[in-house]
Amino acid sequence: MMLTSLAIVAVILLGLISVAAGVAVFVVDSMAKATFALLVSFLAVAGILLALELTYLAVVTALMMTIEMAIMAVFMIMFMMNPAGLMPMTMVHNARTSAVAGVVVFAVLVLGIWTIDWPARVGSLPADSTRQLGEAIMSSHMLVMLVIGIGLFATIISGTVLATHRGRYDRFGPDLRTAKPNDPVSGGLR
Amino acid sequence: MTDPDMGGTGMTLAAAWGLLPAVLAVGLTALVLGVAFAAVDSVVVSGGRLRSAVEPLRSSLHWLAQQRRTTLAPDRLLWRSGVIAVPVLAVLSLAVVPIGGRTLLSTSADLVWFNAMEALLWAAVWLVGWGPNAVHSLVGAYRFLAQGLAYELPLMFALITAGLGAGSLRTMDIVATQENLWFVVSMPVAFVVFLASAAAFAFWGPFASPAGADIASGVMSELSGVDRLLVQAGRAVVLGAAAAMSVALFLGGGSGPGLPEPVWYLLKTLLVIAVIVSVGRRIPVTRPDRFVEFSWMILIPATLLQALWVALLVLSGFYP
Repeated sequence: MMLTSLAIVAVILLGLISVAAGVAVFVVDSMAKATFALLVSFLAVAGILLALELTYLAVVTALMMTIEMAIMAVFMIMFMMNPAGLMPMTMVHNARTSAVAGVVVFAVLVLGIWTIDWPARVGSLPADSTRQLGEAIMSSHMLVMLVIGIGLFATIISGTVLATHRGRYDRFGPDLRTAKPNDPVSGGLR
Repeated sequence: MTDPDMGGTGMTLAAAWGLLPAVLAVGLTALVLGVAFAAVDSVVVSGGRLRSAVEPLRSSLHWLAQQRRTTLAPDRLLWRSGVIAVPVLAVLSLAVVPIGGRTLLSTSADLVWFNAMEALLWAAVWLVGWGPNAVHSLVGAYRFLAQGLAYELPLMFALITAGLGAGSLRTMDIVATQENLWFVVSMPVAFVVFLASAAAFAFWGPFASPAGADIASGVMSELSGVDRLLVQAGRAVVLGAAAAMSVALFLGGGSGPGLPEPVWYLLKTLLVIAVIVSVGRRIPVTRPDRFVEFSWMILIPATLLQALWVALLVLSGFYP
């Protein structure tokens, strides 16, 4: 498949926006601005996917990254010393090592991208890239998707366990026999 | 089911009319749906006085003329971005709703597109609450996120159930599959959950606690002038668009005897709007922290069972 010139311009522009927004994450002085600069960067990547006609991947990237950034805003309140990043604060830690690491990784990736002898495309563009993706996920790549899925789920549960100081023993008593849970917030389901 | 061909009935609105007229048509539809929702809402809230239907227009003019007030040390960039994003996302979500038998865009993932626009509302509403640097507004924003954690998964399962029945994520294919039997018959749980989620992501009616009176109207508290107009209009359009989407997903789109398709489509959409408003305005406001428990313990299993039931129907060849 050859990209149309419009798509190439879009990919270049969105790529620049994505990098610029990524840089902004470390320049701005508020947690909220850093979070949403990162979101802009991800949305630009979603735009690139859209320009490459990978619609499903594009919209699912936009969807997941937005929810992820919003949940990060919730976690900011839970974990941060500075609730919700309400006050200006620096967004960088260990600046020198991170800068060196960043430059090295960037150099390695750029060198790799431009020096590797990339294989030519075999096969043709599928009529429906979403269907092709679904078939790949549900057949040849199912194992890897399952492993990733379980890994992510375990991470979510561990994060929640670390964040909450109450467990089932606090709710239902030491022998888990209390009929009505002792919740700090009343109401909801029994 | 159908191939993504760009000719005949599979044609998009943009391909049929040209991009600009198509975009204008979708913008106009958004306006009509938003005004319709706001008018019906106003009539129901006032206890059935039909004269109240003009109240949203009067408020809009008032907000247009009103001078914008501001707060101490607001985060202007993020605040404005959020305020503008709410109506823009509402209109963008309409891009995959079949209006007059055609959608503006026909992507291979229409349902995910609709869902993504709604998910971007999380960011927009949080920014609207964060921007003014005011406590009530920020509390409202976090309430919205808590509510989002409650409704998002049931909503996703409800959407995907319709896609599952049609074997396609395209809204046009979903409408085509309901030729013989509307999806609401075989997936009623998904239909109800979808409408409830629409009220939740527009933080309206029983899900209005992010803009609740107990926190001085929360995320809306510091909005004035054009900003307030944009966010209120965005909420109304979101609800109108969701009603139109529910017609496409569950009520057979524009099919019906006698009248032409767009007329049926509009009638069904208006009926859904009337039902949402008259039911929604009779239910008290729920607290997000209580609703999240109900949602995860009841709605998620219910929508999963609904999806399982539909999957079994698909395997048995129930859908064409």
